[in-house]
Amino acid sequence: MAKEILADMAANVWRVLVSKGDVVAVGDTLVILESMKMEIPIDADAAGTVVSVNVQEGGAVQEGDVIAEIE
Amino acid sequence: MFDAILIANRGEIARRVMRTARALAVRTVAVYSDADAGALHVREADEAVRIGPPPPQESYLDGDAIIAAARATGAQAIHPGYGFLSESPEFADAVHKAGLVWIGPPSDAIAAVGEKVQARNLMAAAGVPVARGTSAPVGSVEQALDAAEEIGYPVMVKAAAGGGGIGMRVARDPGELRKAFETTSGQAERFFSSSAVLLEQYLPGARHVEVQIFGLADGRIIALGERDCSVQRRYQKVFEETPSPGVDDSLRERMLDAAVRAGERIGYRSAGTVECLVADGEFVFLEVNARLQVEHPVTELVTGIDLVAEQLRVAAGEPPGFDPDAVRGSGHAVELRIYAEDPVRFLPSPGRITAWRPPSGEGIRLDAGYAEGDEVTPFYDPLLAKLCAWGPERATALDRAAQAAETFVIDGPKTNLAFHRELLADPGLRSGDYDTGIIERMRG
Repeated sequence: MAKEILADMAANVWRVLVSKGDVVAVGDTLVILESMKMEIPIDADAAGTVVSVNVQEGGAVQEGDVIAEIE
Repeated sequence: MFDAILIANRGEIARRVMRTARALAVRTVAVYSDADAGALHVREADEAVRIGPPPPQESYLDGDAIIAAARATGAQAIHPGYGFLSESPEFADAVHKAGLVWIGPPSDAIAAVGEKVQARNLMAAAGVPVARGTSAPVGSVEQALDAAEEIGYPVMVKAAAGGGGIGMRVARDPGELRKAFETTSGQAERFFSSSAVLLEQYLPGARHVEVQIFGLADGRIIALGERDCSVQRRYQKVFEETPSPGVDDSLRERMLDAAVRAGERIGYRSAGTVECLVADGEFVFLEVNARLQVEHPVTELVTGIDLVAEQLRVAAGEPPGFDPDAVRGSGHAVELRIYAEDPVRFLPSPGRITAWRPPSGEGIRLDAGYAEGDEVTPFYDPLLAKLCAWGPERATALDRAAQAAETFVIDGPKTNLAFHRELLADPGLRSGDYDTGIIERMRG
């Protein structure tokens, strides 16, 4: 069962640091969002393999959007 | 006085400048990005010009587009507000070259203090006390480690060209310093186009106190009292007050003298701020903010001086509207920065404002950038409004602010109003005996 990593605020996507297939540990930064002049790192809260990355650098997310999935 | 000015900013500060311009019968020209097409500052201006897409680099930081807008609308002068291009000597020069007036300090004064290492050295030479720190920019981890040994831990690592609390880290040991150096120089490069950093002695338990200065057309520098800005999260101010409860008359006199010397040293004109740290009854210089400061209203509330009007007068070559030899503070004023952020972790919370019911009452002043129905976007800083309260003494100012924070209704984005209610009831804040660690202590 894949674990969804959700955006907890509306933000712009500044950096995407992982791709599909990458193996990540708890605490690894997956994506860095930027909102209101603040960088917000989104870290993996589970270890596993990245099965999807749903955002692109320069794009935007809304609160509740799925940023990535880890299995 | 000018017939028309352009305000190269957005939100509450654009509206603040326009309010004074209108009072002086000056026509106002706003600029806006696509994200702000329906914004309050655009609706209120006499005229408004679109300058580009939402990202600041393509709009509010596009000096050419702003100068073109001024020319197209017949504005004779440009007020930069704070942030964006306000501390860019290149932009100030470009404004002059375009035959327009820059409502701010001379570009060489901005340049002299824009780089923090140079500013520290200048101030030390002018006899202003500075904290132990590096006298040249630090370019490598090895240099940083050597410098920290000399200064002594803990140290503050700062972007040399930085500002606004971005690009600052405390390091308590060499391990933390390695990390802090990497993060800070990376952020410095990204936000300020220069990876140079400096190291300074970090003073735990210090207060952050700044002096408002104003440089008159004849070269005189006037000090208009201090502001205490010790309540901060992520090195960004949340609450300010004047006078500072941590500064006695003798310290105040020394700080104001030093701030005047600092302004004289760089040939300052117009409104500026000399930031210091205060610990154990002594102060050290931090930096000069060569612009109108966000928290300038508290100074206006106790001095009765309209700082924006004075900026316009000195830029237009007119004498001041106040008597520089008879400046006197009366009472106490506080400012609550109302941010679109959650009140616990202070994370940004953009969104549409579904309800906005501002407070009012004796001694209350509200400088707001938004109203009901407006959209708060992720592109700019989270400041929604500045809620200020004046009282004949500190307790009254705090009570009035607390009452206003209680009745202020903002629905839609999360706001830090709940945090302010908590802060205004905090025994440390109420007693006046607090320092820059106050929020950490409240959240600990």
